[in-house]
Amino acid sequence: MIIANPGFNTTGILQALPPDWPGSFWMHWFIFTTVIINAVLLLVMAFVWIERRGMGRMQYRLGPNRTGPLGLFQPVADAIKVLLKEDIVPTNADKIVHWLAPVVAFAPTLMIFAVIPFGNGASLANLDIGILYVIAVSSVSTLGIFMAGWSSSNKYSLLGAMRNVAAIVSYEIPLVLSVASVVVIAGSLSLAKIVEAQAIPMILYQPLGFLIFFMAGCAEINRSPFDLLEADAEIVAGFHTEYSGMKFAMFYLVEYAEALAISAIITTVFLGGWRGPVLTEALWFVTKVVGVFFLMVWTRTTLPRVRIDQLMTFGWKFLLPLAMINLFITAIQVLVLPESSMWLMIPVNFTIATILILVASQFFKLGRGRVEV
Amino acid sequence: MALKTEPFVVNIGPIHPSSHGVYRMRVTLDGEVVVDIEPIFGYLHRGIEKLAEERTFTGIIPLSDRLDYIASMSNNLAYVIAVERLAGIKVPERAEYIRVILVELQRIATYLISIGAFINEAGAFFTPFLYMFREREKIIDLFEMVSGQRLTYNYMRIGGVSQDIPDEFLPALTKFMETMPGYIDEFDTLVMDNEILLARSKGVGILSGEKATNCSISGPVLRASGVQMDIRRADPYSIYDRFDFDIPTGSVGDCYDRYRQRINEMRQSLRIISQAMKQIPASGPVKADVPHLIHPPVGEVYSRIETPKGELGFYLVSDNSIAPYRCHIRPPSMINLTALRDMVIGWKIADLILIFGSIDITMGEVDR
Repeated sequence: MIIANPGFNTTGILQALPPDWPGSFWMHWFIFTTVIINAVLLLVMAFVWIERRGMGRMQYRLGPNRTGPLGLFQPVADAIKVLLKEDIVPTNADKIVHWLAPVVAFAPTLMIFAVIPFGNGASLANLDIGILYVIAVSSVSTLGIFMAGWSSSNKYSLLGAMRNVAAIVSYEIPLVLSVASVVVIAGSLSLAKIVEAQAIPMILYQPLGFLIFFMAGCAEINRSPFDLLEADAEIVAGFHTEYSGMKFAMFYLVEYAEALAISAIITTVFLGGWRGPVLTEALWFVTKVVGVFFLMVWTRTTLPRVRIDQLMTFGWKFLLPLAMINLFITAIQVLVLPESSMWLMIPVNFTIATILILVASQFFKLGRGRVEV
Repeated sequence: MALKTEPFVVNIGPIHPSSHGVYRMRVTLDGEVVVDIEPIFGYLHRGIEKLAEERTFTGIIPLSDRLDYIASMSNNLAYVIAVERLAGIKVPERAEYIRVILVELQRIATYLISIGAFINEAGAFFTPFLYMFREREKIIDLFEMVSGQRLTYNYMRIGGVSQDIPDEFLPALTKFMETMPGYIDEFDTLVMDNEILLARSKGVGILSGEKATNCSISGPVLRASGVQMDIRRADPYSIYDRFDFDIPTGSVGDCYDRYRQRINEMRQSLRIISQAMKQIPASGPVKADVPHLIHPPVGEVYSRIETPKGELGFYLVSDNSIAPYRCHIRPPSMINLTALRDMVIGWKIADLILIFGSIDITMGEVDR
């Protein structure tokens, strides 16, 4: 991992410390990593609570309300329960891979947060290729999921893992293309620079890009309606059917940490990151992240799941062409429009997005789904 | 060049999130595609038919509760009608109306569960299920009012019902009848406009009317395939010939039609209930004068009614003793399952679950 200007960029929580406070480069690294990991774990617990309570409200029930005020300690109770459970490894499992899989899935998810700016300059590493790093690293956790599915020697797990790989391969491309159109406008791959470029949030310049990123992102992290790999109605729990105890807790953590990561990336890339009036930077960031996550909870409670061939069709025949056209149009706009009249992109792109979605949905056809056997 | 793949066998059930109880399918898959399925049941066998031979005719009513346990009012009715035909018992007018109202309410409650479970199996995370349960709860409250029970009611008796409905029942029912049509419309629009559900269910698992008839399939599954067959109209029992209602049918016979069929039939059930509420006698006996131990004359009877799952038939043989010599049950759930294999082959595993859900079975009835 490359760490750029560690002493300089540690603002935010560490802002209170004197600029020449004692400690080496590794000290900064250690402290910031600890802060990030704790912040991520805390936010994950908040997410679990938001999801369970929010979902409860949407489904005409209360949600967990026995543990602490408003059920706030439910994630703690969940964690304790899961940690105290017996860790069962199937007899036929590939023991080493089975043990390694949760770690392989969890580590890259944490690594994403190294480059996310939580405030002005408050990131562990301000990489020049920030967004590229995020996309590269986030794909690694797929490997962990596939390892889990493969090593469990369970057919449900294997089916889930295969579905996951298929989904990631298909949805990575529209995801990258929609980010690319933001990068074209911002003129940099660095997440800090992308935030700086957003005096007007990028979602206004790139409404279509935002939608594509949100959908492809949901498919990447297997949120509903693309949560095929753990489709409980079909393949029980998918890749983590054979996991219990601490290892299951890791996968549970990965699921929410990935949701947090995608929310954070959407916030940074499309919603102006930490920028915003009145409130502090970190507070704005967290508010936006929670807002995006709430959108995910909403879709999860609303929509049924798509089928695997429909998932593929949707990715390749709908999202991919739209993302390419979007990138093309954005590139032309950036080339043609002078810096002072960039605001023109807002009405133009909203119109284009509406027309494109309407036209594309007219031509979009799902396959029959049935195979002759 | 096509890749050579090897089919593999997956056991779905008996313990599986969407096996509707303890149904087990040995599914041969080629990747995601279903090549073959072999149904295995018997995990919930309790020997109800044999048990019935050891009990008095009245004592079998609680057993009938445990057949299709989410529609036990209908089962009660199917059984008591069979005994009444065997023994030639005339049921008082008020009891007939109470029976019809309760059975139609039961039909709505069961359809609500089946629609909720169907959308749940399409992958919606329990939201539709809980919306449906909210309305079902009101029906269950009404049942609790009349019978004191919330699942296995044991309310019908040979020659009537166990007790008269309480005074607060009809006002509560009126209130329910005012709100329910709105809710049915709401469910309909919520789901009808859902692109994903349409993509998942339209054209999936088509069952032709001819095949359905040949497989002796009954109930909403049959009518969704375009066959206009409803025992309430074709072979009227109780007082169904007095009511004015339509028999909606589907056109294609896919999962979507089966779902629509249930929505439409709920509306017709509401029509029947509202007519029955107008016609019900204000007072009168609710149970014919029947001895405690019934000795039906020697003979046999097959009587069938339209339950939410289809044609539930009771075949009773009497040797003039206090218990039936033989009791056979024709369970609609089990016979509706016979067409499953033809409906799912070639579809994906996700469709298998959806098609299975759209048939809507209860294991208590399949295994008996």
